[in-house]
This record gives sequence, C-alpha cells and structure tokens, in this order.
Amino acid sequence: MARVVVNVPAEAKKGEVIEIRTLAGHPMETGFRRTQLGELIPRDIIRTLVCTYNGVEIFRADLHPAIAANPLITFNTVATESGTLEFRWTGDNGYSATQSATIKVV
Amino acid sequence: MKAAVLAVFLVPIAVAAEIPPAERRSGYDFMSRETRAMQDDEVTGPAVLSLLDGEALWGKLGCASCHGDAKASMRGVATRYPKVMDGKLVNLEQQVRHKAPQLAYESRDLLSLTAYVARQSKGMPIDVQPVQPQLDAGKAFFFRRQGQLDLACSQCHDDNWGKKLAGNSIPQAHPTGYPIYRLEWQNMGSLARRFRNCLTGIRAQQYAPGAPELVELELYLMWRARGMKLESPAVRP
Repeated sequence: MARVVVNVPAEAKKGEVIEIRTLAGHPMETGFRRTQLGELIPRDIIRTLVCTYNGVEIFRADLHPAIAANPLITFNTVATESGTLEFRWTGDNGYSATQSATIKVV
Repeated sequence: MKAAVLAVFLVPIAVAAEIPPAERRSGYDFMSRETRAMQDDEVTGPAVLSLLDGEALWGKLGCASCHGDAKASMRGVATRYPKVMDGKLVNLEQQVRHKAPQLAYESRDLLSLTAYVARQSKGMPIDVQPVQPQLDAGKAFFFRRQGQLDLACSQCHDDNWGKKLAGNSIPQAHPTGYPIYRLEWQNMGSLARRFRNCLTGIRAQQYAPGAPELVELELYLMWRARGMKLESPAVRP
C-alpha cells in the first residue's frame, strides 16, 4: 500500500548540483472534510519526509493539511561522494515508508 | 427588425457540426505547462503509482498465466476498445474484469490494472470498429439535449471547444487518455466517472456503472477520435 518512488541520477560529477524527485502514494486526508452524513473524516496525512546521504541528513520537510494527495517533493543537493540516499516518510496512523537509491560520483 | 431577431436564433444552429479531422486536439493541448509536465513525467508522475499497482496485480491475479508479458501481449489492445466480445459491446474496464469480476467499477484495483493494460498502447493510434447499431446510439446520445439545463454534449464539445466554462478550457472530448489521473479528483478515474461529472453539470439522469448507454457513448467518442494517439494514463486538471 505504501508505494513510494524516488528518482536520483545514477551518476554525477563531483560538485555537481543534482535534482532529486520523490513521490509518495498517500490520500493526504485533511481532517476538515465531512461525509455526506456530516461526520468528520479523521485527518490522515504524511507528517515528514527525511532524506539522508551516506547517513547525514541533507533534507527534511514537514507536511501539513491542504497538501495534495500523492505529494511530489523535489529538491536539489550537491553530489559529494558515491553512496546511498535513504528516504523516510512518516505520518498519521503509523504510516511509514522507506526507499533508497545509490549514486556514483565520478 | 424581425430578420435580426431571426438571425440571432439561427446562428447557434448553423455552427453545430462535427470537428474536422485536422482541427481535432487532445485535452493535453488545452492544459497548462505545469500539468503537461506532470503527464510527461514517466518516473515520478502521479499516474506512475497506479501503473506500479497494476503491474503487481497483473502477476497477483494470474493474468500472466494466459496473457504472458503484458508489454508484448497487451500492446495495441486498448486502441481497439470498446469492441464486441461474446456478442456484447464492452469497454476496456469490462474486458479487464472478465476473469476478475471481484474488481468493482471505479475501484483502485480495477483502475490500476486497466491503466497498466492501456499503458502498453501509449502513442498508438485509436483504431475502434464502427459497430452498429451501438455507434449510432452513442452518436444520438452525444447530440441529444438532456437534463434540467437541456444541453447536449455537442453544444460544449463540438460548438464551443477552446472557450472557457467557469474559468476552465472546454476540451473537444476526445477520450485519448483514460483511465486518467485527474487533479480535481486527487486520484485515478475512468471515462464513466468523467461522464458522471458532465451529466451532473447539466443535471441529467445518471446511469448505473457499466450501463450500455455509457459504453455506446464511449464507442462514439473513440470513433470520433479515431487515429488520434493514445496517452493513457493521462493527467488532466
């Protein structure tokens, strides 16, 4: 269910600015909507996305209600060394998803 | 004076005609640059999640045991629906359900599997057969005024495409990208769901999921869009 996709360039030059794109499948229910019977639909959103590059945190985002479903989060970083980027999304109702990608720096 | 009044009433009738083939345009052409970029992104576009689910279902439901690798066996299939199968006109969703009737219409699983099948025909020209009498029935539906607003599909999508309706561009209603990821829905949806949107807009009678009337209309629209390239799964605003 917790489907996530990341796009990291497989190879980059040392010092190059690279773009990282992440997509997480999630309804991002705001907590402000009601059913047709008037009952409040409980909030169910992703709260945070954290990205680490060889164990060092390089990006963190806090998400809030009114961010669209299936949030696409894009950011840039500098390719410093070959290694692994780890991504972790956490949210309401125990939601947690992880994904990793490797990059070769030449 | 009388002639002037008469002319005002005559004008809307005079423009009611089908769109010439050279002027046909996909809904994609009416979208903003940002929305086009979402459709063009084949790695992190919003419909990608559905394609991955569909690929998993293809294996899990045992589709592969008859059809093998979808990338080869399903290539071009979506361009030929709706078509007659076992004496009945069916659309792609209905054909996908033929061995998996537990998949409900508009369910996440059916949309994902349909999107995955349709994806294998991306970029190929629509190639439906003009099945009669269903094609004429679909065409009659398209040109029939209905609902409390007394509007026909053709009055927006043939006569007034390219203009604005409540701030949105009116497209030509070519079903080139279904199932679509629609930003308004925040989710995937079928052509039948899109029909329900329009029917609500003109306050007309709704049809049950899988109703033959909607499949006939789908056939007419696909025939009207014949030769245009399939974009499934498309993104629409």
